[in-house]
Amino acid sequence: MAALKIKKGSTSHSAYNLRPDFSDVEERHTLAVVVDNEPGVLARVVGLFSGRGYNIESLTVAEVDHTGHQSRITIVTTGTPQVIEQIKAQLGRIVPVHDVHDLTVEGPSVERELGLFKVAGEGEKRVEAMRMAEIFRANVVDTTLDSFVFEITGAPEKIDAFAELMRPLGLQEVARTGVAALSRGKL
Amino acid sequence: MTRNMTGAKMVVQALKDQGVDTVFGYPGGAVLPIYDEIFQQNDIRHILVRHEQGAVHAAEGYARSTGKVGVALVTSGPGATNAVTGLTDALLDSIPIVVISGQVPTFMIGSDAFQEADTVGITRPCTKHNWLAKDTAKLSETLHQAFHVARSGRPGPVLVDIPKDTQFASAGYTEPRAARVDHYQPQLKGDITEITELVELMEKAKRPVFYTGGGVINSGTAASQLLRELVESTDFPITSTLMGLGAYPASGKNWLGMLGMHGLYEANMAMHDCDLMINVGARFDDRITGLISAFSPKSKKAHIDIDPSSINKVIRVDVPIVGDVAHVLEDLLKVWKARGRKTNKEALQKWHAQIAEWKTVRCLDFTQEGPTIKPQYALERLEALTKDKDRYITTEVGQHQMWAAQYLGFEDPNRFMTSGGLGTMGYGFPASIGVQMAHPDGLVINVAGEASWLMNMQEMGTAVQFRLPVKQFILNNERLGMVRQWQELLHGERYSHSWSEALPDFVKLAEAFGAKGILCSDPKDLDDAIMEMINHDGPVIFDCLVEKHENCFPMIPSGKPHNEMLLGEASTQGAIEAGGAVLV
Repeated sequence: MAALKIKKGSTSHSAYNLRPDFSDVEERHTLAVVVDNEPGVLARVVGLFSGRGYNIESLTVAEVDHTGHQSRITIVTTGTPQVIEQIKAQLGRIVPVHDVHDLTVEGPSVERELGLFKVAGEGEKRVEAMRMAEIFRANVVDTTLDSFVFEITGAPEKIDAFAELMRPLGLQEVARTGVAALSRGKL
Repeated sequence: MTRNMTGAKMVVQALKDQGVDTVFGYPGGAVLPIYDEIFQQNDIRHILVRHEQGAVHAAEGYARSTGKVGVALVTSGPGATNAVTGLTDALLDSIPIVVISGQVPTFMIGSDAFQEADTVGITRPCTKHNWLAKDTAKLSETLHQAFHVARSGRPGPVLVDIPKDTQFASAGYTEPRAARVDHYQPQLKGDITEITELVELMEKAKRPVFYTGGGVINSGTAASQLLRELVESTDFPITSTLMGLGAYPASGKNWLGMLGMHGLYEANMAMHDCDLMINVGARFDDRITGLISAFSPKSKKAHIDIDPSSINKVIRVDVPIVGDVAHVLEDLLKVWKARGRKTNKEALQKWHAQIAEWKTVRCLDFTQEGPTIKPQYALERLEALTKDKDRYITTEVGQHQMWAAQYLGFEDPNRFMTSGGLGTMGYGFPASIGVQMAHPDGLVINVAGEASWLMNMQEMGTAVQFRLPVKQFILNNERLGMVRQWQELLHGERYSHSWSEALPDFVKLAEAFGAKGILCSDPKDLDDAIMEMINHDGPVIFDCLVEKHENCFPMIPSGKPHNEMLLGEASTQGAIEAGGAVLV
């Protein structure tokens, strides 16, 4: 294991800097980007990722401050430490971007996603789907005699797991919001 | 009290309030209201170009030679799409320009109207920022913000797209000082801890080198002054990228010449062997680094840059300093002086001796013999006959550009305007027009190749109409010289489409535009011909017929480290491996 050494980060003094110099290991990071909610701002952020060849695993955006017209974009991305640093610096250059937070390194955070699952089935499968939903604390938000729509909230892994379980029980359609995330504790 | 006016009048008013005296543009349906306002005033000169690409490059030339923001005005649709190359060029070279484009009226946007294009969509990745101004009440503030964004931080191009109904409607005008720009305020001062750390490294360094770039020039003349003071007082050697030439004078005793792919032997060797590299406002571009894994393997690296994304993008550095070059150099000098102006003099002496030895290679030497003019000789004579004049040089892109950087000496910043990052053939001629507008009494010379020059030759009309005495110094080898050179070295001498048949008679071409043409093919006539060009009061096309198969050396082949330069024809055999061919 390479000796850890404190890197002088150019853009932040985050714990990210406690890493070996050249790591080729791809990491998954959740970024929260606070932007002015003006026309084209999402295109700027997404265009940056496609134009420079970065990954987007999930992306969530909504206006969070209606008086200040600010939106929060939550992006889950993967890359080597150098690429992640570069993504943050490039996001910071976009004029309507106010703040870029790397929730993965800035301390503990909570990540939540909401999923809607349409499951059709009869008899034993229908009962089993309902029982699984209870275990996962999913709510039934729509029902007919031969289908349910479940609503489930949780970390992305939990929603993945639920999807796997629903598949053999008549899963027909899935809608997911992508991740929303906040750091734990006070600011 | 706020003044009420139309959007079109706001454009002209905002330009005046931002200190703009010259606009390069081309009218069309969607900007007619603005042109109507331009017609009714005398404060702003409008230069009618012959193609919108020319307008943007001219604005760039104006900006690069003055340090002010350049302005171009184009119509919707094709006017805006023709501006894209210039915008991208300005983005890669960090040149502050504001492009104002007309747009179809707001109620027709999205209907595929005549001359409609999604201009903000198309230009989003090639501007620092852009705006679609749908509301006249916000237009003037947007224009002030556009100037602020273009010139602040790392400068760059911005675009304001103004629908025609916004230009006709009236609203209150916002004065520049009332415009909200507080949220875009890049950091200017560098971190003093990092600066002190760099000073400590400088005090101990045995083989230091300053590696400077366009950021020094963008930071203003104060930055160049501070850099000169720093180099003088530390006695460290200094090299520069193409973009940074002139920040430190070519006649200065610590000058190594340009570095990089076609940089000087001593500059590249110093970069490879140094133990402390101080990057001031450069960005470790691939033309500079060569093979990254073998880039300056023994050195500690410091990097001063106003753009945090430049740091650690390509090369890992030990001391990153985010800030404006002038601000950081000022603090750096203060700290270094306060700590007793220390350097490792003994080691420095050895280092200078090593550099002197590298200089004996005389990597730019050439032999002018026979009846054909060598391109290097043409530039050497141009340098000798113009260096004492109030001279501005622009270039196109290719071999002639590298030779210009090698054989012309630049004593001051803002004197050399060239397309570095994007490498835009066709840049130099319109840029020379922009430079001449900014410096009516200056001697403005565009060092060109015939192929690049033809890409925007229509601007001869502009030069003649506005009586701009720009000198088009064309090194004519009837080849796409750099392409030909790469085909010779990397593609088995298969010269696929790298020569032009049916070149025009440049003398007749000049005359057709009402300008002067000079043809020179004999080395003996060269001096007289150059003097004739300089002394002619008007635009000149100088057709200098040069050696057709001359290659540009030194050359670091793609994929090679700095210390594996090709110095001349003899060293090219088998020097380039197939792996290098995939790189550009």
